[in-house]
Amino acid sequence: MSEGGHILCLGLSHQTASVEVRERFAIPDTELSRALSLLGSLPGVAEAVIVSTCNRVECYASATDVRAAMCSLLQFAAERGGRAPTVPEPFYALDGEASIQHLFRVVSGLESMVIGETEILGQVKKAYAAAAAAGSTARHLNKLFQRAFNVAKEIRTCTSITRGPVSVGSVTVDLAEKIFGRLDACQAMILGAGETSELTARALLSRGVKSIFVANRTFERAAALAAAMGGEAIHFDEAARRYPDIDILISSTAAPHAVVTRAQLAPVLRQRSGRPLFVIDLAVPRDVEPAVNDLDGAFLYDIDSLQAIARQGMEVRQKEIARCETLIARHVGDFHAWLTTGRPLPSGNEPEAAAQTLHPAS
Amino acid sequence: MDRLPLILSTLCFLLGFAATLAALRDGRRGPRRFHTAMMAAGFALQTFFLLQRGRAIGHCPLTNLFEVLAFLSWSAALFYFGIGRALRLSLLGMFTAPLLVLLQTGALLAPIDPPHRIFAPHNPWMEWHAALCVMAYGAFALAGVAGVMYLAQERQLKQRRLGVFFFQMPPIADLATANLRLLWAGILFLSAGLASAASIRLPVASSVWTWGGTLWGAYLLLLLARRLGPRRTALFSACAFLLAAAALCTFNHFYKGAAL
Repeated sequence: MSEGGHILCLGLSHQTASVEVRERFAIPDTELSRALSLLGSLPGVAEAVIVSTCNRVECYASATDVRAAMCSLLQFAAERGGRAPTVPEPFYALDGEASIQHLFRVVSGLESMVIGETEILGQVKKAYAAAAAAGSTARHLNKLFQRAFNVAKEIRTCTSITRGPVSVGSVTVDLAEKIFGRLDACQAMILGAGETSELTARALLSRGVKSIFVANRTFERAAALAAAMGGEAIHFDEAARRYPDIDILISSTAAPHAVVTRAQLAPVLRQRSGRPLFVIDLAVPRDVEPAVNDLDGAFLYDIDSLQAIARQGMEVRQKEIARCETLIARHVGDFHAWLTTGRPLPSGNEPEAAAQTLHPAS
Repeated sequence: MDRLPLILSTLCFLLGFAATLAALRDGRRGPRRFHTAMMAAGFALQTFFLLQRGRAIGHCPLTNLFEVLAFLSWSAALFYFGIGRALRLSLLGMFTAPLLVLLQTGALLAPIDPPHRIFAPHNPWMEWHAALCVMAYGAFALAGVAGVMYLAQERQLKQRRLGVFFFQMPPIADLATANLRLLWAGILFLSAGLASAASIRLPVASSVWTWGGTLWGAYLLLLLARRLGPRRTALFSACAFLLAAAALCTFNHFYKGAAL
């Protein structure tokens, strides 16, 4: 593979296609190498990278002949999806600066379902590594993807696009980490084996929470949930006796009155030698007396406050989009100039240049 | 002109603080390398200043309030590098820098550095005692900084308003731990300072003994009273340092050369 020099992108994503369509075009890891070989051998295509995640399937190519390469990409996509080789509705076909800009937006999380999420960067890195290993990349796509990773890093450093949690689960986990630091020494308890508390507990477990107790009025339900999460079921009446051992309490019962009171927790906090207690009340009506938040070392969050923080996080990210676009535009211009005129690209990560782009007056 | 290193050191701390603050206000991560470099440069200049002053006067540079404040700022910076960085508390440097700037600016601007006329004969034990006590103040200063950070973070968590600094601040449990460790370090240095003075019967004024003993007792009581809770401990460590620093200045003003 050689020459090329015109960047193309053909793809579909969560913005253009339903999950049923996406799964039809998705390329599993086991088939990736073969798909890359096939794509690279098609007319007009000099280099190729395939990004296939649950939210997008995209083929990037460096073309020797734009028209032939785009036809090849369409034919490749059509064969996978069992369709005619025309641009079907959910697909977008981009070339030149638009395709470069699109890749930079994708790796920066601007095209993600949750704006600013960083998982996509790892997925694109993996896709690029697979393409490089399969020998389907050369000068142009190597440069393009390496530049894209630099752009993503710069955007993460110079803007707040990745900052702030945007869902109740991520708010809870972020708050827990801001209270305790590492969670691998923390024990959590679920009061009431509901779906929301289970999701929250799973989010905490995914960040390394050491162990989990599940208490429910119906013990069998507690036992089933505890077994599913690798935790320990306890009788609801025994829950209060375990409070001194736990660091995170998630409550989501259907009780019409408070089941966790200030009077219960005040002596518990005195026994904890200053170690904080994080209480998450997901129930409506609330399970935990609001006065618990006044106790030294106790931090109480109800569903409204968690949702408010998630909204705040999303607003922060929305506001950052314009700053990200400004940075991306500069990098797209630089890369396009390198591609078309051979002008050398500025060196990798440049916080000063980024600051200058974001604050031209300074 | 011998004050130039201290002036430059103050500027380094100020620059590091301003750069970090500006970055955080813009929603960026603090420039960690630049900040660390500025803190290290400031500390090196402080050290150079104290060495130079010590050589010039032939004493440990603790002979007037100006030198005490410079030494106190140096010991706080030393604890920042020795304990603070080991605890990996992000933004501790950003909170420490203004305190160092305040101490050094106060020292540089106030008329508290008269030309040296040292009447007391050179007494290495007295200097050892004074240095240990000022080191203890340095640890208490940094504990106060950790206490202020704890209170700031706690306020955000309690009020559920997560401001600009929230996600950059260290976990609140780590701040409580750092606060306690720094208080213990201060107690150890103060105990050693007081013990050294007692064991060789240094000619220290009784009011200074009373103050030193009260300070030592208050901090020890705080540390042993485990039921006090992290918020009150943080509040105490911040307020106690302010009181202790004010008392240190007062004693140095009224008992020139007596305490040191």
